[in-house]
Amino acid sequence: MKAVDFITQIRNGDIDVVEHTRKVIEQIKKINKEYHYFNAVSEKEALEQAEKVAKNPSGKLAGLPVSFKDAICVKGVETTAGSRILKGYRPTFDATVVERVKKEGGIVIGKTSQDEFGFGAFSVNMGIGYEKPLNPFDKERACGGSSGGSGGISQKADFPHISLGESTGGSIVNPASFCGVFGLCPTYGRVSRYGLLDYSNSLDKIGPMAKYADDIALMMEVIAGFDENESTCADKPVDDYTKQIDIDISGMKIGVIKEAFNGADAGVEKAVRGKIAELEGLGAEYEEISLPTAIKFGIPTYYLISTSEASTNLAKYCGMRYGKHEKLEEGFNEYFTKVRSMHLGQEAKRRIILGTFARMAGYRDAYYMKAMAVRTKIIQEYKKAFKEFDALVCPTVSMLPPKFTDIDKLSVLDHYNIDNLTVGPNLAGLPHMNVPVGFEGKLPVGMMLIANHFDENSLIRIGSDLVK
Amino acid sequence: MKVDKELIRNVAELARLKLTDEEEKKFIEDLKEILGAFSAIDKVDTKGIEGAFHSVEIKDRLRDDLVEESLSQEEALENTEHKKDGYFKGPKAV
Repeated sequence: MKAVDFITQIRNGDIDVVEHTRKVIEQIKKINKEYHYFNAVSEKEALEQAEKVAKNPSGKLAGLPVSFKDAICVKGVETTAGSRILKGYRPTFDATVVERVKKEGGIVIGKTSQDEFGFGAFSVNMGIGYEKPLNPFDKERACGGSSGGSGGISQKADFPHISLGESTGGSIVNPASFCGVFGLCPTYGRVSRYGLLDYSNSLDKIGPMAKYADDIALMMEVIAGFDENESTCADKPVDDYTKQIDIDISGMKIGVIKEAFNGADAGVEKAVRGKIAELEGLGAEYEEISLPTAIKFGIPTYYLISTSEASTNLAKYCGMRYGKHEKLEEGFNEYFTKVRSMHLGQEAKRRIILGTFARMAGYRDAYYMKAMAVRTKIIQEYKKAFKEFDALVCPTVSMLPPKFTDIDKLSVLDHYNIDNLTVGPNLAGLPHMNVPVGFEGKLPVGMMLIANHFDENSLIRIGSDLVK
Repeated sequence: MKVDKELIRNVAELARLKLTDEEEKKFIEDLKEILGAFSAIDKVDTKGIEGAFHSVEIKDRLRDDLVEESLSQEEALENTEHKKDGYFKGPKAV
């Protein structure tokens, strides 16, 4: 059932919200034992909220179960971004997106599993002591990352549900693709990040993941918009995203990114090209476009910038004010070093090292500053494309969800290269959405739509028209 | 670009990390591979192009300098194991 239909039933009193919430909590606990989609299940808070909604079911999300990537702060619920260094941290406040969801009667059911701090494309770079989420279609395969738990539960839940994921370089659309659901990463600044444990400030975005485009649109209306607590949040009116569902796409012009099919799995290419061919029947035009800089240089640009920012962001995790503490002994350098070395996982350490290096005196211009300039070129390339096209399209990920045993064989650079199609729109701050376009065998294939800044409308309009 | 033990140790120290011998060895290999591949961006002509610190234009915003409600001292200290007399207690600084 779509969230929109469920909420109508809650409002009409056809469903007992407390009873429903109780069942959902039981169900996710059961799913979690097998698939590891949650780092925390917020049973007590969920039931308390359900009682409130039972008394006043007027909110836009009345009674709807909503999960949040673990990197998003929920008051009183353990929030770790999947890292042992934050084990035990219970925020004393709600992130703005959580506050808005609660205000509209949404029910926070738990915190979803992820690569530690968002550092991964498969949800296999788990923090110490965390288990990898398993793909809902095949437990030997990955959910994608880094919002892997959000993708998994969005597919596996047979109750109405929306998850909020977070993307720095592709972490919403990638797991949405591997798990066969919609996932929308909004324009940079469209949704407040107040209360998000940062990975990379100039890149992080929070966005919805769900089975239906209607639900994505509904959630965007709740979470988008200005927030005085967040200095990068855009002060622009919020569109009527749900109205886009019924608007057809005739007359729209869509660019098919030529280079994005190089090296794509044959099954992925077939499903995506098949869907693109349907555009014509829906009244839209499409033609090929080349984006050489974004596709070819996106990976080094993205990793140099994001690790540079991450290395400074993670400096605050040092065993002082929250999370893991150790016995206070020796000087502060020794203490911080001890806590960080004990509790940060391998990939977190690797990215801190890479980012610290890229900003170091003597290397800063060659790596960090150079990457920032290439980023400008990439943004210019997209902006030029949007003079001609309403949206761009390509596969979301070049491969089908891989087996864990095959992921083990990849080098670190291979891991980074998985993001080659998703880093472009993330570097340029462009809204992009995964559309589940079909299956190759039993595995889902995702197609990515990219639109101009603050044009989430086009994504929802095209996505909902392509997948009815 | 020479990536060796000395460089990795220096970077790790700046980042307040103490790596095990195994981590050191692995990260040297990883960094060699990564930086080798990433040197591709040297080929992009960026003459006269400024870096993009943000992808969309962001205006500076200031609010009036007024006292507003904030966390209480108890709330701020709720998550720490090391506190004393209403303050965070840290390791020795000198």
